[in-house]
Amino acid sequence: MMMICLGIEGTAHSIGVGVIKDMRGSCHVLSNLIKAYQPQKGGIHPREAANHHAAHIADLISDSVRKAGVDFADIDLISFSQGPGLGPCLRTAATAARALALTLEKPLIGVNHCVAHLEIGRGTVNGCRDPVLLYVSGANTQVIAFAEGKYRVFGETLDVGIGNCLDKFGRQMDLGFPCGPKIEELAKKATQYLGLPYSIKGMDLAFSGLLTAAEAYMRQGKRLEDVCYSLQETTFAMLTEVTERAMAHTEKQEVLLGGGVASNKRLREMVQIMANDRGADFFVPSRDVCVDNGAMIAWLGFLMYDSGVRMNLDDSLINQRFRTDMVEVTWRD
Amino acid sequence: MTKKILYRGAEAEIRLSEYMGKTVVQKQRVKKAYRIEEIDRQLIAYRTKEEAKLIAEARSHGVSVPLLYDVDLVKGAITMEYLDGNRVKDILNVLEESERRSICLKIGESIARLHNHDIIHGDLTTSNMIFLNDRIHFIDFGLGCKNIELEAKGVDLHVLMEAFESTHSKYSHCFKDVLKGYSKQFQGDAGAVVEKIEEIVRRGRYR
Repeated sequence: MMMICLGIEGTAHSIGVGVIKDMRGSCHVLSNLIKAYQPQKGGIHPREAANHHAAHIADLISDSVRKAGVDFADIDLISFSQGPGLGPCLRTAATAARALALTLEKPLIGVNHCVAHLEIGRGTVNGCRDPVLLYVSGANTQVIAFAEGKYRVFGETLDVGIGNCLDKFGRQMDLGFPCGPKIEELAKKATQYLGLPYSIKGMDLAFSGLLTAAEAYMRQGKRLEDVCYSLQETTFAMLTEVTERAMAHTEKQEVLLGGGVASNKRLREMVQIMANDRGADFFVPSRDVCVDNGAMIAWLGFLMYDSGVRMNLDDSLINQRFRTDMVEVTWRD
Repeated sequence: MTKKILYRGAEAEIRLSEYMGKTVVQKQRVKKAYRIEEIDRQLIAYRTKEEAKLIAEARSHGVSVPLLYDVDLVKGAITMEYLDGNRVKDILNVLEESERRSICLKIGESIARLHNHDIIHGDLTTSNMIFLNDRIHFIDFGLGCKNIELEAKGVDLHVLMEAFESTHSKYSHCFKDVLKGYSKQFQGDAGAVVEKIEEIVRRGRYR
């Protein structure tokens, strides 16, 4: 069954619509459009982001379908990000998906956003079969792997996502949103490492202490470049360590990066080195499916539908706290 | 002296060796190429020292841990007693239910003895527990610390609870036996610790 699926992603600041075709077990992306909400100042205000999504979703859907070179009638399945994420944003995407599914009289599947980041790696990156996923975005920081029949979270942030941590610091320093790329650039010009608390509790990470210490350094008049460098080196070492520990624990020989922060070249370098030292494979999907996007939602929706999952309207309620391990993984052995 | 590698973990290599005529284990923290020299050096020295201190202190309070013979902070090496038993991780899923529950009770009691002296293990997974001579021995205090707060004790047990759910998911109900053993031995307010665990679960993101 070669299906064409349309996926709608709307968990946080991005609204994305992607169309994919299943090609015998791998994902062929026909189109993948994203519109990111840029806040004037401060962080993401959920209600404003949701309004932004509502304003753009209809055009994104028609543009995505057109770009995919298909007709609406060709679409076999509609899927949407059911959670986790910001309530108002999730509801906007879900409403659009429900409306579309009802209009086209096609089935609807809600998917878990974090699992989608993992599956798109398996679906688009050659050789990626059973990875440990280091999922690093603004709101999310999780180390996920398939174990004992479920997707399990082996480690995660105890407070904020790594992206949010960097954004908060960047905002204090007036770097503009998103701060990640600017911090990455500044870090390259550092001349020294400034000690920051290395905070891992078991397999979980805490970033708040680091943030406080970084801000303290700035007040002491330290160079911004040095603080950015120290922030990156410390947080990324923590992330790499937790990922390595998950790989050792699950005995998996593949590591996959996902989420917006996966674009950071230093983080990629660190995880790659760790993987090489373990004799493991390192995978990172292309940027357009690494960030929050609709194509990964469409792909996971396809996997679920293809393995027999069906949802009616009642099942399509959004879930802001959708746990990774609540997903019934029907498409893997 | 030939040193056979017993176990290569994510952080250290465990080698079987000889020391003063005894068979010992040498835990050697390995340098990680992915992190900068400053972090690597500081982390290895810090963790080696903290681990040695905690093992010594735990032993002094009657908790079963390997006997320490030597510590080298520069090399990041600890030489200690070889515990010829099984990792709880390897046996928990294959035991009879009654044996499993009995071990879980013992685990709880042992953790309580640590917590009674504000020793936080920091990485309570079943990979870090050796069952030998009918006792639970703790190893790998590399992420441990001393902490008087309720929060730290709650987090310590929470890590174990998570380990049960991911590695021993069919027997995650046995964590209740761990808490039972803990409540029996803990000299503070065990109920408050259990509540704290529940709070951590609620507070946790997307749980």
